[in-house]
Amino acid sequence: MGTAAIEVRGLWKIFGPKADRIIGSPDAELDSAALRAKTGCTAAVRDVSFEVRPGEVFVVMGLSGSGKSTLVRCLTRLIEPTGGDIAIGGEDVRGMSAAQLRELRRHRVSMVFQHFGLLPHRRVLDNVAYGLEIQGVAKAVRHEKARAILSLVGLEGHEDSYPDQLSGGMQQRVGLARALAVDPEVLLFDEPFSALDPLIRRDMQAEVVRLHREVGKTMVFITHDLSEALKLGERIAIMRNGSIVQVGTPEELVGAPADDYVADFVRDVPKSHVLSLRWISRQPDTDEPLDGPELPADTVIHDAIPAAMASARPIRVVADGELVGVVDRVDLLGAVRLGEAGGDPEHAALAGSTAEEA
Amino acid sequence: MVAAPADMASPVPVTARAQRFVRWLPAAVAVLVVALYVVFKNTAVLPHDDDASLFHWVNDARDWVDENRNTSPFFLFFVNYVRLGVAELFTLFQTALTALGWPGLVGVAAGLGWLAGGWRIAAVSVAAFAGIGVLGLWDASVDTLALTLSAVLLSLVIGIPIGVLAGRSPSVRRIVSPVLDVMQIMPTFSYLSPVVLLFLIGPASATIATMIYAIPPAIRITALAIERVSPTVVEASESLGATRWQTMRKVRLPMALNTITLGVNQTIAAALSMVPLVALIAAPGLGVDLIRALARVNVGAALVPGIGIVLIAIVLDRITRSAAVSRVRSRIVSWSGFAVLVVAGVALTPVLAPEFPEQWEIQIVRPINDVVNWIEGNWYGFTGFLNDTVAYGLLNPLQDVLTTAPWWLITLAVLAFAWRISGLRAGLIAAGCLVAIAALSLWEHSMETLTIVVVAAVITILAGALLGIGAARSRWFAAVLRPVLDAAQTMPSFSYLLPAVALFGNGRFTAIIASFIYAVPVVARLVEDGLRAVPGTVLEAARSAGSTDRQLLWKVQLPMARSSLLLAANQGIVMTLAMVVIGALVGAGALGYDVVAGISQQEDYGKGLVAGVALVLLGIMLDRITQGASGRLNPEKKRIA
Ligand SMILES: Nc1ncnc2c1ncn2[C@@H]1O[C@H](COP(=O)(O)OP(=O)(O)OP(=O)(O)O)[C@@H](O)[C@H]1O
Ligand SMILES: [Mg+2]
Repeated sequence: MGTAAIEVRGLWKIFGPKADRIIGSPDAELDSAALRAKTGCTAAVRDVSFEVRPGEVFVVMGLSGSGKSTLVRCLTRLIEPTGGDIAIGGEDVRGMSAAQLRELRRHRVSMVFQHFGLLPHRRVLDNVAYGLEIQGVAKAVRHEKARAILSLVGLEGHEDSYPDQLSGGMQQRVGLARALAVDPEVLLFDEPFSALDPLIRRDMQAEVVRLHREVGKTMVFITHDLSEALKLGERIAIMRNGSIVQVGTPEELVGAPADDYVADFVRDVPKSHVLSLRWISRQPDTDEPLDGPELPADTVIHDAIPAAMASARPIRVVADGELVGVVDRVDLLGAVRLGEAGGDPEHAALAGSTAEEA
Repeated sequence: MVAAPADMASPVPVTARAQRFVRWLPAAVAVLVVALYVVFKNTAVLPHDDDASLFHWVNDARDWVDENRNTSPFFLFFVNYVRLGVAELFTLFQTALTALGWPGLVGVAAGLGWLAGGWRIAAVSVAAFAGIGVLGLWDASVDTLALTLSAVLLSLVIGIPIGVLAGRSPSVRRIVSPVLDVMQIMPTFSYLSPVVLLFLIGPASATIATMIYAIPPAIRITALAIERVSPTVVEASESLGATRWQTMRKVRLPMALNTITLGVNQTIAAALSMVPLVALIAAPGLGVDLIRALARVNVGAALVPGIGIVLIAIVLDRITRSAAVSRVRSRIVSWSGFAVLVVAGVALTPVLAPEFPEQWEIQIVRPINDVVNWIEGNWYGFTGFLNDTVAYGLLNPLQDVLTTAPWWLITLAVLAFAWRISGLRAGLIAAGCLVAIAALSLWEHSMETLTIVVVAAVITILAGALLGIGAARSRWFAAVLRPVLDAAQTMPSFSYLLPAVALFGNGRFTAIIASFIYAVPVVARLVEDGLRAVPGTVLEAARSAGSTDRQLLWKVQLPMARSSLLLAANQGIVMTLAMVVIGALVGAGALGYDVVAGISQQEDYGKGLVAGVALVLLGIMLDRITQGASGRLNPEKKRIA
């Protein structure tokens, strides 16, 4: 697909001596511990492929050590991949010369870091202008641009502060502004908010949603926080031991986890807030009336409750103008109750069977 | 001194019999050594011989160099240019500082002080420089300052790039680090002779000798600073497409700057402690009078230039230290203040005359000497008793043993001892050093030096350990001790000779006292830090099991602080050696005296140079013995004078 903003095919990163010999050899099949024991190498990213559409927020999620940071750093070769292909905006990243790579990093892709990575000896304004400065942009121009970006992220009036005079949340806004200042096509986030406390984290997530609406950049967002992933991600990739085990919309992950690992991840999510009517609709019984209220199939279950309360008749679930099934109060209540109970073994099975029916 | 249980030597499980064997082995070896000594006493001794052929051979080599100094291409196109260039640099500083005149120089110092740390540091600078003038030391101080600044400048110009390289590249670090290790344990005297051979005597070779001594902290601390720059910030810079050079210039160097400034501070301190020593190779400055007065045991006349050096040290230390911690934010205020002070000073120069007015000078030599004489007269009972006790009770018997034992027995004993403490490799290196010393025909003098070092080190380490333990156990004691130790550590090393000479006159004991004052603060500090580093939870657990304070100390704290204690011993010994060697200036004799004689007397040159080599070997040996099983104990270890 030529239109992808980022396209990754068969990407590997193995840390350690003679790492390149491992790909393609039988050793590549070994699990991490065995590989380390045998060769002394760590496979941080194994045979990963995915695509990110232009303007999409693509979230990569996984436990600590699953290779998320390594993966996102491989995209601009901050960590040199061991094997595989990467294309950004259709251009082959692995084939780029050092100069081309610098151009890519200067103008097209920028990154926000977990621990901010701000320059302590520079004012906020000069931190934000740093990317432009190393491109050789004149001082007046880059300061003007930096001021505009600072007001975009809500930091007007802090231009002359030093990073250590700001709170963690404000520092990360500076990090965000620094990444935005070069006006890149793609923004990479490596767990940008996990060092912040929960309230500020929520603000910052809202900020990213807002920025995405306003500037419409393609974003790759790394997190280990499921609620963050669900809140931000249009699609989510779940990583485990360096591999991607499932890619899908939040609904697909919650409704049809590919394996126990994913199921375990999403088990505490209130299903009624994520799943849509599509996942619980069924064929109408022969004697069921089909004149109830009509709702689109992608309505979240939770949002269908008022309609169901307002009418005694089953809800007609439609997609593209066609009836795909019905949902009555009992179905809705069951879904909500299951979601809240969460975690009982029956439930995973049920989610699985619903997925099969769909 | 380390309370290591004997069975720690064997990490693998062994049978009870083998364990008993291991436990008794050291004692058995000790008994064996004593027995061998009794049997072989006075055999295979290597008495001193001033006419050893090696010394003559070195003299011949020196003569060859002297004859070819102006014809050999190596000298003609390299060494001589270096000498001229360095001499030029010194003259430049000297001329500039002299031209500033005393008001101008005070103004510049005040301006720099203001820039670095505000009015307090500015006031300290003015007061200290005024003090120098009042003591009648102005001209000599200008020379010393010029020499110190030249040497520091060269050290930084060469040292910082090397440090940056070492901080960035592990392979450079692997080459640089062992060289610095050896430079740090090398007593300063040992490179005076070779430097003189290449660069003759005078300010140029003095600057170069000072630089050799002052450059390791510049390299080491720069490397450390560069290495420790936060990788996230570097990554952020790279992620924005910065080139390596951009990241170096805009991220690494600025972020390392404060630490590098501390390196500058250390470099200056090291350079200043060389002042009296380079006077031996005809450097002008405060060292000249100091050395001359020391040789005549005129404490008052030595103390005055000594105070001058300490005052310069205080000014440069405060300025660089506050530059390292300050973050100048309001540039305009700082720079305009700086400009005002400098301009005021320079403008006053023509008004007040560049020479410090003689009528403002005061003489304090006589009153000091009166006090010293009074002490000598009234305390002689005590000081003489101490002196004799140590001389007859410790020094002479030990020296007797070391000089009458066969050289191979001492070598074997050192091998066994070092093996036990620091492993086989260290033991072999230490023994190798001794064999080499034997081959250098300086065995007897080396054993004399070793005698003083061992006695001084034992006293120093015991006292330092007691102080350190006291400070670690009592907050109150620590609060009293800390500032004293801090102050002691910023003084140039030779300044410890003066009180020792005042109390004990010339001799070996004076060198012991000086090294004691010099090294005790460091030992105490390391012991205290090591004990304090024992985690609180461990102490709590031990206490909750009902340990007494005493048990806590012997069974928990000391064993857990083992590596710090070894490091303290290591530092104590290496510092002691450095001071004992300088003690040659106050009559401690032995190898240090050979070096001094070699510089001042043509026909002793060979012996002096070889004595310098022997000192290096002795230093390496002592360092290896106490290095501990884990190899280099602490990469940041303090620079040894
Ligand atoms: N430079 C390196 N050298 C060797 N191994 C590495 C290196 N960097 C990462 N690894 C290993 O690769 C694996 C993946 O690391 P990575 O940092 O990508 O995980 P992560 O998913 O980002 O974890 P976290 O949530 O803790 O940030 C880990 O096992 C890690 O130990
Ligand atoms: Mg990570």
